[in-house]
Amino acid sequence: MSSRKLLVSAISLAAALTFGASQAQAATEIQFWHAMESALGERVNDIANDFNKSQSDYKIVPVFKGSYDQTLAAGIAAYRSGNAPAILQVYEVGTATMIQAKKAVIPVSDVFKQAGVPLDEKAFVPTIASYYSDAKTGQLISMPFNSSTPVLYYNKDAFKKAGIDPTHAPKTWGELEADSKKLKAAGMCGYSSGWQSWIQLENYSAWHGAPFASKNNGFDGTDAVLEFNKPLQIAHIQFLQNMAKDGTFTYVGRKDEAVSKFYSGDCGIVTNSSGSLANIKKYAKFSFGTGMMPYDESVKGAPQNAIIGGASLWVLSGKDAATYKGVAKFLAYLTSPAVAAKWHQDTGYLPVTTAAYELTQKQGFYDKNPGADTAIKQMLNKPPLPFTKGLRLGNMPQIRTIVDEELEQVWAQKKTPKDALDSAVSRGDDLLRRFEKAGS
Amino acid sequence: MEKRSRFNTSLLPYLLVAPQLAITAIFFLWPAGEALWQATQTQDAFGTSSEFVGLANFKQIFTDPLYLSSFNTTIIFCTLVTVSGLVISLLLAACADRVTRGAKTYQTLLIWPYAVAPAIAAVLWSFLFNPSIGLVTYALAKYGIVWNHALNGSQAMFLVVLASVWKQVSYNFLFFYAGLQAIPRSLIEAAAIDGAGPVRRFFGIALPLLSPTSFFLLTVNVVYAFFDTFPVIDAATGGGPAQSTKTLIYKIFAEGFQGLDIGSSGAQSVVLMVIVVALTVVQFRFIERRVQYS
Amino acid sequence: MIENRRGFDLFCHAVLIVGVVLVVFPVYIAFCAATMSEAEVFNVPLSLVPSTHLFENVAHIWTHGSGSAASPFGRMLMNSLVMALVISIGKIVISMLSAYAIVFFRFPFKNLAFWLIFITLMLPVEVRIFPTVQVVSSMHMSNTYAGLTLPLIASATATFLFRQFFMTLPDELMEAARIDGAGALRFLWDVVLPLSKTNIAALFVITFIYGWNQYLWPILISSDQSMQTAVVGIKSMIGSGDTATEWHLVMTATLLAMLPPLAVVLSMQRWFVRGLVDSEK
Repeated sequence: MSSRKLLVSAISLAAALTFGASQAQAATEIQFWHAMESALGERVNDIANDFNKSQSDYKIVPVFKGSYDQTLAAGIAAYRSGNAPAILQVYEVGTATMIQAKKAVIPVSDVFKQAGVPLDEKAFVPTIASYYSDAKTGQLISMPFNSSTPVLYYNKDAFKKAGIDPTHAPKTWGELEADSKKLKAAGMCGYSSGWQSWIQLENYSAWHGAPFASKNNGFDGTDAVLEFNKPLQIAHIQFLQNMAKDGTFTYVGRKDEAVSKFYSGDCGIVTNSSGSLANIKKYAKFSFGTGMMPYDESVKGAPQNAIIGGASLWVLSGKDAATYKGVAKFLAYLTSPAVAAKWHQDTGYLPVTTAAYELTQKQGFYDKNPGADTAIKQMLNKPPLPFTKGLRLGNMPQIRTIVDEELEQVWAQKKTPKDALDSAVSRGDDLLRRFEKAGS
Repeated sequence: MEKRSRFNTSLLPYLLVAPQLAITAIFFLWPAGEALWQATQTQDAFGTSSEFVGLANFKQIFTDPLYLSSFNTTIIFCTLVTVSGLVISLLLAACADRVTRGAKTYQTLLIWPYAVAPAIAAVLWSFLFNPSIGLVTYALAKYGIVWNHALNGSQAMFLVVLASVWKQVSYNFLFFYAGLQAIPRSLIEAAAIDGAGPVRRFFGIALPLLSPTSFFLLTVNVVYAFFDTFPVIDAATGGGPAQSTKTLIYKIFAEGFQGLDIGSSGAQSVVLMVIVVALTVVQFRFIERRVQYS
Repeated sequence: MIENRRGFDLFCHAVLIVGVVLVVFPVYIAFCAATMSEAEVFNVPLSLVPSTHLFENVAHIWTHGSGSAASPFGRMLMNSLVMALVISIGKIVISMLSAYAIVFFRFPFKNLAFWLIFITLMLPVEVRIFPTVQVVSSMHMSNTYAGLTLPLIASATATFLFRQFFMTLPDELMEAARIDGAGALRFLWDVVLPLSKTNIAALFVITFIYGWNQYLWPILISSDQSMQTAVVGIKSMIGSGDTATEWHLVMTATLLAMLPPLAVVLSMQRWFVRGLVDSEK
């Protein structure tokens, strides 16, 4: 070969190598839209950064989009105009909406299969995975990420002041009432609760082995009807209404307002999300304890198991295979024991895999942080019944608003529990029928 | 319209109106058409399946007692905001007109809430009335009044009306004050000579002469109460408790945004469009007439 | 003053003073809260005497934000400023051009153009929320300054204001310009524009405040926290209870967000009052 030809081939080879190399180095960007605010958002960013550093093919870009409502609305708007993110975090009550949009969503199990990444569905905590799995095939539709359950918090110092044994959280509703009366007598607000629909009806039903809606809480079809106006739930709401009248139960708002009443020292007992632990630890200037949700001992089979709140990660359609491979790898990374355990420990959300739970136990985390395992113990209390795996009802956010509105009338002593629950069921059923029609 | 000279160039006028018409077409007319179309569909949230259902969405909202009660809520809210806004600002304007010392200062101090966003007005008053740490809540508690607008519907309504009126009084005050200042002194002096006291003069002379201004402000306030108070409700009460502050406009937002029900939201939007058209026609008919007789 | 009625005058002064107090009180409290530390602001009852932490609160909120938004407030103020300026200047320019064309020209479809603009009065953003969001989204303008401002720039009220004003301009002005050989654009720039100064000033105040105080539209169109505006950002700082609302920071942000529109209103008060009241005649 002449030296000239050699030079040309050398240059073209070098060019090919550089060009080829830079091609490979252009990491596939994967958008991940979420609703994890402030400290939680920083944890998400840390996880994404660690994943990005561990390999060079894919770059996860987490974007905070606001509340769960806003994030879902943003995702839908983006999908409708053709630029959806690959991963979207959707709250648990949006599950039915996501499942209904079959063309817009790719089930997680399919994503893993097509990417050739193994997925062991049995590794997940059963009651967490079942919420987001297909009822018939048991395959995962969305990836569990941040789940919580209702937990009882009580003010140990206030208990002491009111003459109640501070080492012992009230176990039954009867005990809770008695304790609240003593707290009230000592001049404090007794009991309050956040997220009343989630805690006092959805979880109350599951914790006592009763369905919330027909068709196994909607898992078996969109033609479900609501069933939380049965004597069991009416009796419980009546119980709370009596407490409200006595002044031992104070209602302060639909969301987490009760938590600030607790850590400010006002209310001695509060039921709220297990995720509130972080804030209570930060703001409470007294010693406090946690306990499982109270139950009624007169109900056979209680306590059964808790159902989760929180959100999961969904994969939206319309991207290329390379993107989905990256998505599968990231989701696998998220659910690896070390990452999942750290997320659980940092945030107070449940560990999504049994391996993460066991790893946390081995690390002695629960010994150092008593009360951090109350939530997971509630999930594992008993194997779930067909209708205590969770909820899959359309328009659930609006159904929750309806329940909030009806219950508010009960606490204001304007409606009887039976009337309120009947009304909530009938209004909710209308919404379910609308949802059923929209997806047909 | 009187005869006037005009330019006769051919292309220039089109270029001049083009920007406004382009934006109008893209961002007003096209979406309005879409809203009309969406009102006749039922869709899933992602728009992957869409079915024409004619007037079914309209039928559904008009048989929904909660939609009808939101009409009620809106009317009550509108009336409270408009009436209190007008009466209070009229009183302030009449007094400012009366006093000679410090009138300019009073005017400056009273008009600046115009600059405050309705949402911020709501935040300020929510802070004062916060059920846990609000200053006013604390003061009320001393008189035995328990304030919790998260629980009490009438209190919630009071709060949003208060925040809305607080902001609007300044705008109304400006117009009433200017209107009062424009009344010829001779008229008032004549009445005084006839023995009419200040109150009688106010009701007999000033008020009738102010009627064009009052009518104008009435329509402006009604439109304000209908639409521009969305931020107040969102920031102060979120429509709660139990629908007591859910006005028509808030429902459209809540149902479309949280409920993701585009069909119902679209139908409600169409109803609102009809109401706005009616209000605009009223406003223009009477304003045009007012222009003629001033 | 017609007659001397001391009592009545005192009554009027009293009424005005009460009015001023009610108007100023919430802002004074906000100011007090903005000067307090976290512990002080949660004291019940709130102290009526300002404390000393104003500057550190401003510094903190400027760079760190608060609550669930936790986006630097300085950035949000900048977004609001851009939005307000683009909308006010844009509105004034576009409306003036349209009004000029409608008043001073004769051209086919003039009436159609007029009515199309008129129709927008009956289509406030609230009756077409979601379709407009979809249109903006399909043009890939979500989370951009263009998406925040363009849909709000076409204003029928401003056009009508200019139209009404232009109609009061005497014919002789235009005749004189014609004789001088000035074309339409020259007439606009040299004659009409200077005469419209008061109107423009008043409109600037009105549209700047309109743009700055926008609430519903930014909520719908900006889901990225970095594109959020000040007024909306303040609302999202108010936690739902789980994260405690840092009221001292929220009040600081409120004060900061009130300053620019306030400055605009107060500095241009004279033109603003005159322009606003005159425009409705």
